[in-house]
Amino acid sequence: MLRYIARRILLMIPTLILISFVTFIVVQLPPGDYLNAYVAQLTAEGGETVDRQQIEMLRERYGLNDPFIIQYWKWISNIIFEGDFGRSFEWNAPVSDLLWGRIGLTFVVSLASLLFVYCVAFPIGVYSAIRKYSLGDYVFTFFGFLGLAVPNFLLALVLMVISLQVFGVTPGGLFSPEYAGAPWSFAKLMDFLAHLWIPMIIIGTASTAALIRVMRANLLDELNKPYVETARAKGQSEAVLIMRYPVRIALNPFVSRLGWELPALVSGAAITSIVLNLPTAGPILLTALQSQDMFLAGSFILILSVLTVIGTLVSDILLAWLDPRIRYS
Amino acid sequence: MERGHVIPMNPVDPDAVLTVRNMKTEFALRTHTLKAVDDVSFTLKRGKTLCIVGESGSGKSVTARSILRIVPEPGKITGGDVILHREDGDVALHEMGDRSPEIRAIRGADIAMIFQEPMSSLSPVHTIGFQIEESLILHTNLDQKARRARVVELLRRVEIPDPERTADRYPFEYSGGMRQRAMIAMALACNPKVLIADEPTTALDVTTQAEILDLIQELQDEYGMAVMFITHDMGVVAEIADEVAVMYRGQHVESGTVEDIFANPREDYTKMLIGSAVRLEEPSPIKIAMQAKQAAQTGQEPILEVRGLVKQFAAKRTMLGKLVAEGVRAVNDVSFDLMPSETLGVVGESGSGKTTLGRCIMRMHEPTSGQILYRGRGTDTEITGLDKKGLRDLYADIRMIFQDPYASLNPRMTVEQLIGEPLRNRKLGTPAENRDRVADLLVRVGLKPEHMERYPHAFSGGQRQRIGIARALAPNPKLIIADEATSALDVSLRSQILDLLLEFQESFNLSFIFISHDISTVRYFCDRVAVMYRGEVVEIGNAREVCDNPTHAYTKALLSAVPRPDPTRRRIADRHRYVAKDADLLSNGASA
Amino acid sequence: MAMTTDTATPLGPDDAPAIVAAQGAEVASQWKLMWWKFRRHKLAMASGVVVLVLYMIAIFAEVLAPADPNDFNPRFTYAPPQELRWSYVDDAGERQWGLHVNAYRTELDRETFRRTFVLDEEERIPVGFFVEGEPYLLLGLIPATVKLFGPEEVGAPFYIWGADRLGRDMFSRVIHGARVSLSIGLVGVFLSLFLGIVLGGISGYYGGWIDTAIQRLIEFIRSIPTIPLWMGLAAAIPLGFHPLMVYLIITAIVSLVGWTDLGREVRGRFLSIKDDDYVAAARLDGASEGRIILRHMAPSFLSHIIATVTLAIPSMILAETALSFLGIGLRPPVVSWGVLLQEAQNIRAVVTAPWLMVPGGAVVVAVLAFNFLGDGLRDAADPYSH
Repeated sequence: MLRYIARRILLMIPTLILISFVTFIVVQLPPGDYLNAYVAQLTAEGGETVDRQQIEMLRERYGLNDPFIIQYWKWISNIIFEGDFGRSFEWNAPVSDLLWGRIGLTFVVSLASLLFVYCVAFPIGVYSAIRKYSLGDYVFTFFGFLGLAVPNFLLALVLMVISLQVFGVTPGGLFSPEYAGAPWSFAKLMDFLAHLWIPMIIIGTASTAALIRVMRANLLDELNKPYVETARAKGQSEAVLIMRYPVRIALNPFVSRLGWELPALVSGAAITSIVLNLPTAGPILLTALQSQDMFLAGSFILILSVLTVIGTLVSDILLAWLDPRIRYS
Repeated sequence: MERGHVIPMNPVDPDAVLTVRNMKTEFALRTHTLKAVDDVSFTLKRGKTLCIVGESGSGKSVTARSILRIVPEPGKITGGDVILHREDGDVALHEMGDRSPEIRAIRGADIAMIFQEPMSSLSPVHTIGFQIEESLILHTNLDQKARRARVVELLRRVEIPDPERTADRYPFEYSGGMRQRAMIAMALACNPKVLIADEPTTALDVTTQAEILDLIQELQDEYGMAVMFITHDMGVVAEIADEVAVMYRGQHVESGTVEDIFANPREDYTKMLIGSAVRLEEPSPIKIAMQAKQAAQTGQEPILEVRGLVKQFAAKRTMLGKLVAEGVRAVNDVSFDLMPSETLGVVGESGSGKTTLGRCIMRMHEPTSGQILYRGRGTDTEITGLDKKGLRDLYADIRMIFQDPYASLNPRMTVEQLIGEPLRNRKLGTPAENRDRVADLLVRVGLKPEHMERYPHAFSGGQRQRIGIARALAPNPKLIIADEATSALDVSLRSQILDLLLEFQESFNLSFIFISHDISTVRYFCDRVAVMYRGEVVEIGNAREVCDNPTHAYTKALLSAVPRPDPTRRRIADRHRYVAKDADLLSNGASA
Repeated sequence: MAMTTDTATPLGPDDAPAIVAAQGAEVASQWKLMWWKFRRHKLAMASGVVVLVLYMIAIFAEVLAPADPNDFNPRFTYAPPQELRWSYVDDAGERQWGLHVNAYRTELDRETFRRTFVLDEEERIPVGFFVEGEPYLLLGLIPATVKLFGPEEVGAPFYIWGADRLGRDMFSRVIHGARVSLSIGLVGVFLSLFLGIVLGGISGYYGGWIDTAIQRLIEFIRSIPTIPLWMGLAAAIPLGFHPLMVYLIITAIVSLVGWTDLGREVRGRFLSIKDDDYVAAARLDGASEGRIILRHMAPSFLSHIIATVTLAIPSMILAETALSFLGIGLRPPVVSWGVLLQEAQNIRAVVTAPWLMVPGGAVVVAVLAFNFLGDGLRDAADPYSH
């Protein structure tokens, strides 16, 4: 098991390097560079013109004349060794100051959605498979398709509109105004949980629908396997044997989907939080991209991706723990 | 045949353990209702073995499941009595609900069952120990410690090595034979009165089969349980049965003691079953006639010479160098000659390298070293040195018949396209000529020219194999490699297909390399036989001599493990055993 | 009992042919068997029709839309939908037949001092079929002026699905939006298919380290959250680019991620058939590599590919919609469902004019139809399994 974990961690390294590389390309993509934006900002703020020589000096200092790969190295080594993600010119602050709080909330929301997805999809999937072609199965299948077809930002919009019309309030944000800036306390936590469920459901809907179908299909496959018959011939009761054998085995592909669902949920969280105006990564990433505040945007993309990859690793380890065939081979 | 063949029953028979009367089970299919079990009756007796025998689709497995009321959907038990005779009185199983606690208390405790596929019949993610223990949890009051002791004892009883440790292993770490032993241990956990065994040895090699049959018989003697043994193999029936019930299309054809059935079968179907099996015990009459004719011709050059053939499969590693699959020497220094119109049988158990040998000759696998000299076309052709084009030419001379008649025919092509493919690719004739040739071939293999337009899905397994034979014959080959060509077929079809091949051998002077795990088909069909074990040919010689007087210890073990369709000459218990020096008992590979 | 010796007759029930249900099944080709199987899937059949209709709407958008999607009229900002009516009661109290809508009357709300539209029951705007409208090019080629239906008097207010912030006709805009949204799905899927077949095929055919590398690449792409990445890439498109260019880049970005599913499918199918006996048999029949791939292997995975492609289209549509909605995908004056939904970003606007959400409904219908269709196709893709 330890060897398996070590191997998976080793395999993760090239992926992480690739992610940082792609992110840096994204950072570099917009025409012009960080300095142009910075100079423009200086000009706008101070009204003073920055002369060419000064720009060249800055350019030299930031290494903007270096070849791509050296620039990349400077950027990534600063992040890894010093935790320095560069500066956001729009917020005029180090990126790392803006980053962590929002990333943290993003992952709390994503993980809550993940929990919601699995808790809902598992029983419904099992029910749909065992009661195949029953009324309940059809109803869940229908809602499953609908859940897959409604983009989550649309769902968020609809919920907002309904809430505004019926209750007269917009259910945006993750905190009530009085707690937004307050330090963490029990009351704030409760307030947070009260706000959490709407984004959780919105973000999780599509994944829930997909996972119900995965669980149903896998379990249907397993229900006809000979080992089920063996257990039946042993005299085990239907309820216990279905949970102990086919459901247990159908759980493996279900859990292995974790690695796919987490990126999807983080994606979903990004766009939903823009609509719901949550204090997570989504809105700030969007504004950063719109104003081409590329170090800020790039850092968000980088950290979201890295954490997702780590999440996938955790799900793989969980799967190996569940399935001896993976653990031993 | 008359329906409802009722066995005279004596309700006071003190040895009767289970009585089945007029059982009926139906499957409601989309188009019609299939009577899978139609009015079947029999009695199981203490310490005795009843063999239910029949070909695929005869309803024998459904009969077993109907007793325990575990018939799969959409099956319904529609009638009949199933009565278990216990010390505390008779219990009517047919009155219990499919999921009632009463029937569950019987399953696994009074009546236990083992299944055909020892791999898929065990849960892959639970330890063997737990799966056995589950029976004890359900049916006994033993505490955890006592249960564990019982599990270890059971595993030791079925000769699993080092049971204290191996109990905590998973099924994929067991070999095929060991899995079936574990299944038996599971079934024995609560000392059942009845053991139902549904083709428990069909997926196993013949030597492993002999061990399992041995074990079941030993345990039966020890515990005195009644055994209901389901099989399609008349050899196994002759070897282990006390009584026999023959089934055909859901109906009970006839039954009696094993000696009676074999000596005086009354029904045509039983005669046919026994006849097909007995026929394969002796060389085919056609073969004998051919051999007589050939004896006159001497001094011929072999059509194929194989010298020092080696196939080493490389170990598979991932990018990080982790071993995925170990390297295997599948074929190790194999040499033999094959004469024109001669048939060489290659026998061996799974993993012996016989299929790899056939594929190496065709260069479907690239041989690691060795020579394969083909003399079929005047000049000598070194097959190992051929380029792609040369190989394509060679494939007109050397053809192959595959084992699986379903997988080897492209379902998306018509019979005409399938058989005509080798002709078309070689541009051997105009489309019209090829069409005529396909029609001719179809007639020769016993099908009709109008079948040309059809797709493979319109044919049965036996018919598909005939199409495969026609395809092999299409370009007028000189040598055919038949890889388990009859293994997927029922025994009654087996001799038909072999006879068909013999006819072609006679008319076209074909040579065959006939790869099989089944000694009896080799005896029936081959002139010479090579016995393979772990990649090596351990013995090669005249088929009859090797079969009657084997010299190598492995051949002796292999041959004596083959059950014979003759209940008066039982021999499995006294068979030769061959234990390789480095035999590893806990292997990872599947044995089937 | 009669034991038959006719070798062409199967012996037992299990030895019977696999498919004998329908008349003429013996000579039915793969596509025919698939069609029979697909036909039984009623929902998929209906969805197939819906998909066809949607594409017809996209192709003939100019004919179907009564107005130009970019025609604006500030007088009718957020005008509510008019109801199409078939008859009315005239002054004499007689019921008269005639397709019409009611005209608008503006009223001033005395409390909020906001202008609201009220439908004027008295004033009718007659609506006709095949009326004259603005000139356009049918299929981009044929000059025409005929509209399927619209107000008989050119320029009369006609907003059956309401009007947006600039008084543009939502109905016409949604119809025109179908063109971009649906075609981006198709174009994107073909790009993905190209990548998927090339990379998946190479991966499956050659195996070895190339396979491992491509599999790693696929895993890599799957492991990063797509929307932030898309956002990053899309945001880099310069504002000054021609809309067509933006359209192509967005399609490319979306396919860059979308090909992985197809790649896996192609590889998986390829691997599973590569070692099938019938492919080995084809090789022994002297078939060339090209013939083996095209004649023997391709037909068996073509059907699976078609099904996977159909299931991939909706995710492309959703991706475009999401990016355009955020304002970093397609931008006005291009009309797509995502661009239209940008108008709905303002919650207050949606509350006063709920019809701004109509493009969302169009997205849901299209995605549902594709999903059902793809599901049916996937079930039918292998007619030889039970």
